[in-house]
Amino acid sequence: MATASALLKLDAAAGFDDVSYEEKARLFDEVRADLRYPEYLYGCYECGICVAACPSARFYDFSPRRIAQAAAREDVELVYQQMQEDIWECSQCFSCLRCPRGNNPGGVITIMREVAVNNGLASARQALEGYSRIIYKIMSTGTQVSPDMLQPDAFPDWGPEVKDVSDNLALWRKALPPETLHTTSTGWDVDPRTLTELYVIWFETGALEMIKEVDEGLYTILEEIMEERLEEEGITP
Amino acid sequence: MTIPVALLKKKATFKRDPERVPEDFHEELFRLEEEGEWLVDRVTGPYVEVPTKYGRPKKVPKGHLWHHKSCGQCGHIPGYSTSIFWVMRKLGYDYNDPRDQTSCTAWNYYASATSNAAAQAAVALRNFAAAKETGYFPLIHCGTSYGHYKEVREELILYPELRAEVRKVLAKLGKELVMPEEIVHYSEWFYAMRDEIASEQKRDMKGIAVTVHPACHYYKLVEGDAIYDPDIYGGQRTAIVTGLAEALGAEVRSYSTWFDCCGFGFRHILVQRDFTRSFATMRKIEVMKEEADPDVVLTHDTGCVTTLDKSQFAAKAHGRNVGVPVMSEAQFAALSMGAHPYKVCQLHWHSADYRPLLEKMGIDWEKAWAEFEAEVKRLERGEVEFLTWDDVDA
Ligand code: SF4
Ligand code: SF4
Repeated sequence: MATASALLKLDAAAGFDDVSYEEKARLFDEVRADLRYPEYLYGCYECGICVAACPSARFYDFSPRRIAQAAAREDVELVYQQMQEDIWECSQCFSCLRCPRGNNPGGVITIMREVAVNNGLASARQALEGYSRIIYKIMSTGTQVSPDMLQPDAFPDWGPEVKDVSDNLALWRKALPPETLHTTSTGWDVDPRTLTELYVIWFETGALEMIKEVDEGLYTILEEIMEERLEEEGITP
Repeated sequence: MTIPVALLKKKATFKRDPERVPEDFHEELFRLEEEGEWLVDRVTGPYVEVPTKYGRPKKVPKGHLWHHKSCGQCGHIPGYSTSIFWVMRKLGYDYNDPRDQTSCTAWNYYASATSNAAAQAAVALRNFAAAKETGYFPLIHCGTSYGHYKEVREELILYPELRAEVRKVLAKLGKELVMPEEIVHYSEWFYAMRDEIASEQKRDMKGIAVTVHPACHYYKLVEGDAIYDPDIYGGQRTAIVTGLAEALGAEVRSYSTWFDCCGFGFRHILVQRDFTRSFATMRKIEVMKEEADPDVVLTHDTGCVTTLDKSQFAAKAHGRNVGVPVMSEAQFAALSMGAHPYKVCQLHWHSADYRPLLEKMGIDWEKAWAEFEAEVKRLERGEVEFLTWDDVDA
């Protein structure tokens, strides 16, 4: 697979000629402006240790070495291409923290993804297609996955037990001895006040605003839910 | 040929290069407290000292813990959380199961990047402040929450501007900045308490062959906090899970891809599962089967249990060499202490067939299932509203 990868993607940028160099440079500057960036990248020996540890490199035409190198060389064109083609393949496992140079290629990717989302890049929109319900769940309920997500049509590859769970959900949740776990639409029972506090965090840190660029519809729904609750509590975001 | 872990122990102990030992974060932690930047939530009451990667001892409190739950465990593997609570109750340690807790939201962050450093730090510190208000010390159930919170701690130590931003947000909530003296994962509690757990053992685990998958976010992200023990793998790999399994008498077997991640991928498990399934089966389960032939895979994180367990069904349909039960070491420990496989460990939420394992442990799973179903009937008839801790031990 690695050999095929080398043939598929070169270490030089190709395509995206319709986007101006200035725009690509602006996005790269945004990546570099993240306060974590200087701690995530110190240069690159090109040793490939990160690639050997990387799960995504085994199954995709993807390489943390290429990510680190492109950023270290300040290759504006290639960094842009990676933001459009590579970054969503990363598993965010951080096995690449093995890097002898002290780099964190996975961390650089986290920042590149944030910039891709903030700027509504096509890769971000595409990567988050079909993912909106998860963002909705985590931002509006405070827990990321809920028992009622276990539906056979959503997880047909997980075996017949998913249907058993979904058929018996309400009763099986009541059979759980911890009192906080009798929920079906959230992981556990979250206090309403706690949820309000979470909404304040989403507003104040600009996290909610980020959704606007990638999914306008979802943004509107979330904003309404949150504003209504904050209003009830007498809080102005 | 299978490689028993005992053989690995005979290797020379691994010495770390003193030049590469990172500084102990505690110095900065307490300096910032002195400067009035935040409050340090200290470990008070009885604790166990455990060894970490660079030799620094870490305090793991024994009781009075605030359970920072995991959404994936509570939502999809509820026997995981229930077993953690059950073991703690059996050993007689009090705890707090809060409603004033949100998810760390890091699963979403690593999947979609629809958040930022300030939001992530504010979520973490809101939870830490909520724990401090109760007087209980946070115990983190999820490996990703644990790894992410360590990242947050590092970032807050390094960047005054981030502290300032988070302080502003938390002030709106009427909360102060609180950072725990140690960020403790539940599996560290199980490791620290392994002898107490073993002393309450009701089922013999001798003859049970185990492979361990150590969770990436436990020991790769901010590696200095993770438990390494010179007596386990000669200190070359994290001792977590293995230390407990051995204390319970199980035979831990090694395999060559132990360092590989499980394939969870955060976004992949939800929207690109072809990658997750391939990686989990071809790089983990099949290798374990070929090299170690385990009766069970034990791991200590939400995503890893889900991935390694759920990925096997489709692979089996394709005739791959899979078919080994997967559970957390918390469920394994609970089973060893006599917990009910369904009422406590909730194994009916798992996919890979665990019944041969239960038989090997001497558990009559048909009888146990009938007992669980009888309880569910009581719920259905409205005789009881919920099952209680007393019910599950009846
Ligand atoms: S974090 Fe991403 S780049 Fe790094 S090893 Fe994991 S998958 Fe590869
Ligand atoms: S391990 Fe580090 S130095 Fe080596 S190729 Fe990867 S990023 Fe570069």
